[in-house]
Amino acid sequence: MTFKCETTRALLAACLALLAGPALAQSKLNVVTSTEDLASIAREVGGDRITVEALARGYQDPHFVEAKPSFILKLQKADVLIAVGRELEIGWLPPLIQQSRNGKIQPGADGYLDASLTAEILEIPTGQITRAMGDVHPLGNPHYWLDPENGKRIARAIAEKISQLRAGDRPVFEQRLADFTTRLDAAERRWLAQMAPYKGTKMVTYHRSFPNFAERFGLDIVGYVEPRPGIPPTPQHTLDLVNEMKRQNVKLVLVEPYFDLKTPNAIGRDTGAQVLVVPPSVGGVKEVTDYFKLFDYDVSIVIDAIKKSGADK
Amino acid sequence: MRAIRGVTVSTLFIMGVSLTPATCSAQENAQALRQEMDQLRRDFEALRAQYDERLTGLEQRLATLEGAPPPKPPEAAAAQPTVQVPPGAAGAGGPAGALPVYGAGLAGSKIFNPDIAVIGDFLGAAGTNTVAPPPAFEMHESEASFQAVVDPYARADFFISFGESGVNLEEGYMTFTSLPGGLLTRVGKMRAAFGKVNTLHNHVLPWTDRPLVTQNLVGGEDGISDAGFSVARLIPNPWLFLEATGQVFRGDSGSETSPLYESSTRSDLSYVAHLRAYQDITEDSNVDVGFSYSTGHNGLPATPNAPETSTLTTSLYGIDATYRWRPLQRSIYRSFIGRSEVVWSRRDQPNGLQSGSGFYVSGDYQFARRWFAGARYDRSARAYNASLIDRGGSLTMTYWPSEFSQVRGQFRRTNYGTGEIANELLFQFQFSIGAHGAHPF
Repeated sequence: MTFKCETTRALLAACLALLAGPALAQSKLNVVTSTEDLASIAREVGGDRITVEALARGYQDPHFVEAKPSFILKLQKADVLIAVGRELEIGWLPPLIQQSRNGKIQPGADGYLDASLTAEILEIPTGQITRAMGDVHPLGNPHYWLDPENGKRIARAIAEKISQLRAGDRPVFEQRLADFTTRLDAAERRWLAQMAPYKGTKMVTYHRSFPNFAERFGLDIVGYVEPRPGIPPTPQHTLDLVNEMKRQNVKLVLVEPYFDLKTPNAIGRDTGAQVLVVPPSVGGVKEVTDYFKLFDYDVSIVIDAIKKSGADK
Repeated sequence: MRAIRGVTVSTLFIMGVSLTPATCSAQENAQALRQEMDQLRRDFEALRAQYDERLTGLEQRLATLEGAPPPKPPEAAAAQPTVQVPPGAAGAGGPAGALPVYGAGLAGSKIFNPDIAVIGDFLGAAGTNTVAPPPAFEMHESEASFQAVVDPYARADFFISFGESGVNLEEGYMTFTSLPGGLLTRVGKMRAAFGKVNTLHNHVLPWTDRPLVTQNLVGGEDGISDAGFSVARLIPNPWLFLEATGQVFRGDSGSETSPLYESSTRSDLSYVAHLRAYQDITEDSNVDVGFSYSTGHNGLPATPNAPETSTLTTSLYGIDATYRWRPLQRSIYRSFIGRSEVVWSRRDQPNGLQSGSGFYVSGDYQFARRWFAGARYDRSARAYNASLIDRGGSLTMTYWPSEFSQVRGQFRRTNYGTGEIANELLFQFQFSIGAHGAHPF
């Protein structure tokens, strides 16, 4: 009888352990983000209460990520999917979400967060939009994370979303959000002070990836290597750009790490401008491992290049 | 703020009144006073409008600083649109005055419209082909797509393809995106999961045509595309992406020139099973392998004297393999896709079993942002007569002016099993308007 009782108890305990196992494992919220920038901010807010994984790498063009089935496996297990939004991922994320078999992260469901909804978005087109304008984003420029003010807004949105799904951890997330915001405020003051002497410096960028960065730090983007968003450089446009750069004495060309340097280098030779590879994302170069380092790196290389090019004189 | 505004306006008004000259006669005085008051009223109105504008501006700036979206402008634009009762219609017991217009001008109603796109596919051909000559010019297909979420549980996709004459529902299905058990279920008409090429629409193929093995053994351009159900499930394992798909269809597939399945009775269903394995080799390269099986009735009578009783069957077996290489950092400039499919066909005919096979192997290399070059080798028996073997080879060159259009040239040489040789130059213009679709993978 005793033996039977013990066996029953052991079996019950085993069953409970089996039931509790998945429950305990579930307590860590599994967050998947489309880009490494969002992953970095989510990590700041969620700390060790969540696991975070990004789909796209920081050194690849976020418009042209391949919808690999291995991403489907990641999305299948996700509790939350955080997307940049504004149609940045339109070419690859929708089919992945559809095939994920995960009701939690479908757009509109509780586990889906469009990080752009509370951010300040620039270049929202007005009037009639046609593809004659290139691969234009009708909902505004999606490269909005390159402004620390938007970084704070994204962090707040993430904190709200993960607190909603893990109500018990809300105080932790709130605390971490406050801490992140304080540190980012301090860092932002530092970056602004560093950039202050170079306010109004004129530059050209390859794609329209830096409007938020330029606006925050007072840089003046006067042209683009691409004639239209998503359209590769043409000889006529390059010639016009070179002339315009000479006229306005522009000495800096910013290029995202995933674009070909041939045309920017030719422009640099013609105008004497510095050609600078500037990562717009965390992971864009090896040193940039988080959201703070992204600005540390970009601010410092832009300042170095301005000094070197003599654009500050 | 409104209180302050009110006080400012009244103070100015009182000041204005107290400044009025009091030296004229009573009548002149009254008239001058009235004029002055009118003038003052106009001034106040202008001032007030100015203040309102500045206040709204300040409120918006404040809201932006606080991170909230700016307040919406006054709701004047959102007012219900109205029309007047037509002249002559009033007074007969009907309505009078302004009438509301229902369903007009409400931009919100368009939000739920599906994503719509149209893709045009123009084909041209030159050279000689006495067996299956494509026309000199042809607006081969205009494919309209309508895609949207149905409700929290499903989405719907329609692809309607218009030829130069006639319309065909290429695909139209509902996908249940969040069923329990990790099942991805589709209901409707769809391209079956047999191999790779059969699942692809014309506009995502790297060629202007479909390989000989598809033409001869897998139902031609339409391929296995039928109405039915599809259920796909991921098979959990720690190593790779493994997906099993099972599909059941009515049993009618293939095109006029290349019939495959034909159902004579309700029970003549066709079936497709597919197993797909995918693995990343590095972050730049991956391999995708599939095994397919399909069976259905081919419409040929089992007993020539009683064609209605039962019909014979065709079974297909396939293996497909794809190798992709795309360096992440240079993904918009360089890529390579190598692909091959082998298909075995066993077609029961009144004159006996025809057992034949075919395959293609192709490679497509992107050597610049807008340029792709490719080659394909084809070899396939014919389904109804496996002793006839067609062979072919193609070279292609594709140019993308933008993501939304492409121009392609293809040189194709075909040695038909019946002895004819065709050398053709095919060209294609493709263009897409409307919603931005997903990039093919």
